[in-house]
Amino acid sequence: MLSVSCLSALLLHTLERRMADAGNKESAPIGGDEFTNTELENNKNNTMVEEGSTLLRRMEISVAEAEKRTGKNTVNMQEIFTVYLIETRPIDAITEGHNPAPDSLWRRYSEFEILRNYLLVTYPFIVVPPLPEKRAEFVWHKLSADNMDPDFVERRRVGLENFLLRVASHSVLSNDKILYHFLTEEHRWKEVVYETGFQAKADSRIKALSATFRVKNPDKRFTEMKHYSDELQSLTSQLLRVRARVADRLYGVYKVHGNYGRVFSEWSALEKEMGDGLQSAGHHMDAYAASVDDMLEEEEHYADQLKEYLFYAEALRAVCRKHELTQYELETASSDLISKKQQREELATGMVRTFSFKGMTNKLFGQETPEQREAKLSLLEEQIVQGEETVTEKTVECEEYVKGAWVDMQRFKEQKDRDLREALIGYAVMQISMCKKGIQVWTNAKECFHKM
Amino acid sequence: MSRTIDAVVSPTQTNTIPADISGQMLDLDEDDDLEVFSKDLTLADGNMFNASMPTSPGSMVNQCKFEEDEESDSKDIFITVDNPESHVTAIETFITYRVLTKTTRSEFDNSEYEVRRRYQDFLWLKGKLEDAHSTLIVHPLPEKFVVKGMVERFNGDFIETRRKALHKFLNRIADHPILSCSEDFKVFLSAQAWELTTYKKQGPGFLSRMGETVRAVANSVRGVKNRPEEFTAIQEYVEDFSNKIGSLDKVTQRIVKEQKEYLEELKEYGPTYTLWSGSEEELAEQLKGVAGCIERCCKETEEQVGHLSDTLVPVLHEYVLCAETLKAVLRRRDNIQAEFEAKNEALATKKVDRDAESSDLGFVWGSLLGKNPEEARHQRQERLDGEIEELKEEIDKLEDRVEWANNALKGDWGRWQRSMRGDLKSAFLSTAEKNVDYYEKYFIFIHTQITVSL
Repeated sequence: MLSVSCLSALLLHTLERRMADAGNKESAPIGGDEFTNTELENNKNNTMVEEGSTLLRRMEISVAEAEKRTGKNTVNMQEIFTVYLIETRPIDAITEGHNPAPDSLWRRYSEFEILRNYLLVTYPFIVVPPLPEKRAEFVWHKLSADNMDPDFVERRRVGLENFLLRVASHSVLSNDKILYHFLTEEHRWKEVVYETGFQAKADSRIKALSATFRVKNPDKRFTEMKHYSDELQSLTSQLLRVRARVADRLYGVYKVHGNYGRVFSEWSALEKEMGDGLQSAGHHMDAYAASVDDMLEEEEHYADQLKEYLFYAEALRAVCRKHELTQYELETASSDLISKKQQREELATGMVRTFSFKGMTNKLFGQETPEQREAKLSLLEEQIVQGEETVTEKTVECEEYVKGAWVDMQRFKEQKDRDLREALIGYAVMQISMCKKGIQVWTNAKECFHKM
Repeated sequence: MSRTIDAVVSPTQTNTIPADISGQMLDLDEDDDLEVFSKDLTLADGNMFNASMPTSPGSMVNQCKFEEDEESDSKDIFITVDNPESHVTAIETFITYRVLTKTTRSEFDNSEYEVRRRYQDFLWLKGKLEDAHSTLIVHPLPEKFVVKGMVERFNGDFIETRRKALHKFLNRIADHPILSCSEDFKVFLSAQAWELTTYKKQGPGFLSRMGETVRAVANSVRGVKNRPEEFTAIQEYVEDFSNKIGSLDKVTQRIVKEQKEYLEELKEYGPTYTLWSGSEEELAEQLKGVAGCIERCCKETEEQVGHLSDTLVPVLHEYVLCAETLKAVLRRRDNIQAEFEAKNEALATKKVDRDAESSDLGFVWGSLLGKNPEEARHQRQERLDGEIEELKEEIDKLEDRVEWANNALKGDWGRWQRSMRGDLKSAFLSTAEKNVDYYEKYFIFIHTQITVSL
């Protein structure tokens, strides 16, 4: 049987090879690669990513720091909030051997939210990367739910950087001017983004919801994707909840061992022969208890990776919903057109094919004058022309939407499979590391007990 | 001649305990000795030995073949406690254990004995041994009642834990150079049930024991005046040790509790991955792999908790009881010394009395009663002289007793410390080994999983 150290060396080697194959880059620390884009809307020649035109190729982006600020909020009350430092540097400047200082500006979380909402409205067919959570959820006892807690702020900083990297490496999103402005110019960004009027373009919830219920012929693939997004959301959320409980319990187990350290140490003072052994065993027990802190901090990273996809699920669902909406609008426009054409036919031929109120009133009150009928007919003709235009528009819109969304959903799927695969392997590696530490501590303790 | 260690303690027959006896009341506190018995040994000489035992410590020591460095090389008696069985009578329900003895000792008629004993019998034996050897350290018995930390009184675990502890108890006595020569011990191991009952009825009865207790209380109230330094040192150690071992016991039980709660959560955690794998294509294998790892972790954790409960918890608990035993032994030693000191004081007073000039009061009384004063004084002197002689004899015996008690304790103290170190070292060692094993097994499993899903 291979020894523990041999096995772990083997493992490390295999993992490194895998990483090299995947071409993992530093600038996307949580695996935010966009290597398998298949099409761009404007640039059909894109195949090799290195020659792609995503922003990240041209510019180094990072969220370097976080700081607390005070200020007055909208109701003129004092508040404390955190701002994050965004640093950017053009890549060609670096590769030319210069080392310019980065440009930087400060942004707070709410501004990131505005940016994201803008992207959601402007590119509804894209699965827009999510932001790190607004409030700490899936908290276990040692983890703070406080937004001001330094650990939370740090994890949020990492999450915000990840968000920017994902957006800036997306073939479509990265070309957005507002994004560029967000990264490069501190002042007036809010005014500029509001000027785009994106808030007005947002679909109302009610509209979206009713579309979901009433749409007749959505693309089956999108319906399936929507179901998947629901499942992804509920499954990851359940997993995260239980994981937090497990972490809590594990913490308890390790920390209680710290008591051994204390008691062994006190006891060793009483004993002559056993004293040394007990004393050193006690130290190892202390080390064991302390080791859990680092372990669980690493695990929080893993949890954050899963959380990202929990939130991604919602973005995915939004894309599917938007399809239902466009499809519904198309269906509505089509049926409107059909009914208008029917009305025209009825009016033109005088035949009442189907029961209508008009028909009834006609019978009761007599038919209209020819002039009235003419007027109505020409109105209808106008409406029909308009309607046909609308239908054509909507059809194109729908088709384009389906095409674009499908491409991005495929991209998303591959990204997700890659990222989660690495996350799971990373998790297993964490467990291995935990085992190695455990073996070390208890082997040492064993030595000490031998000396008793 | 070296022999293997004690016979392995495993039930040779399938457990005959009914599946659910929680409804039946286990008899746990009957006290046989409430009857008043005929044979009432006077204990004027201060010895508390059983009637059938030689009364002087010296002769008793000689009777036993014991070596100073006993331990494994010279084991000639092997005892097993196993096969718990439930007995139901009209009045009560109780459990008996089979006690199997194999020995080559000459004081035993046979070389093998098989008897059934109940907890009460063990209690009786312990009491007799402590009475006879008040300053020897008798290994503790498992408790009568279940203390907090153990849930079901009557479930299999309780009985198994008790059985193991009873096994250890008897073996410790068997290992003890003096205690193993006890007649009571021999009877316990060899007599049939009715024989034992008869035997128990002999010997100092309840009343005489009461007398001893009263004397002991009185002595402890008086307190010992010149306790030798070494015993004070031992007492301080025992005090501290008792605290430490109590803490370790609590910590270990807490660890068991936390591990069990961890296990509960783990059991829910694995399935979340399996569930997820149902919705995925590419990721399904890996998700199932992680679920498999977590499941394996559950299995290993369960084993580890079991090991802790079986190995470390009982030993720590035993030594918590040991600490109490030690305190009692030290108290008894103190009492013996206190009694001796008291008698010495009495002697000194008597001497003062005798040497004092005849009190005028005595003269007056004597004359009132019509006695010749000279004669009265002479009578008094004679009486006092007689009493003084008696006292001197008693004191001699007590002095012997103190010396014997001190030596016994000193000797046993060293023995006890060695056993304690051995027991605790081996229990902690075993725990550490099991923990290493736990992590190693889990490590290898995860590694295999990763290789598979790469």
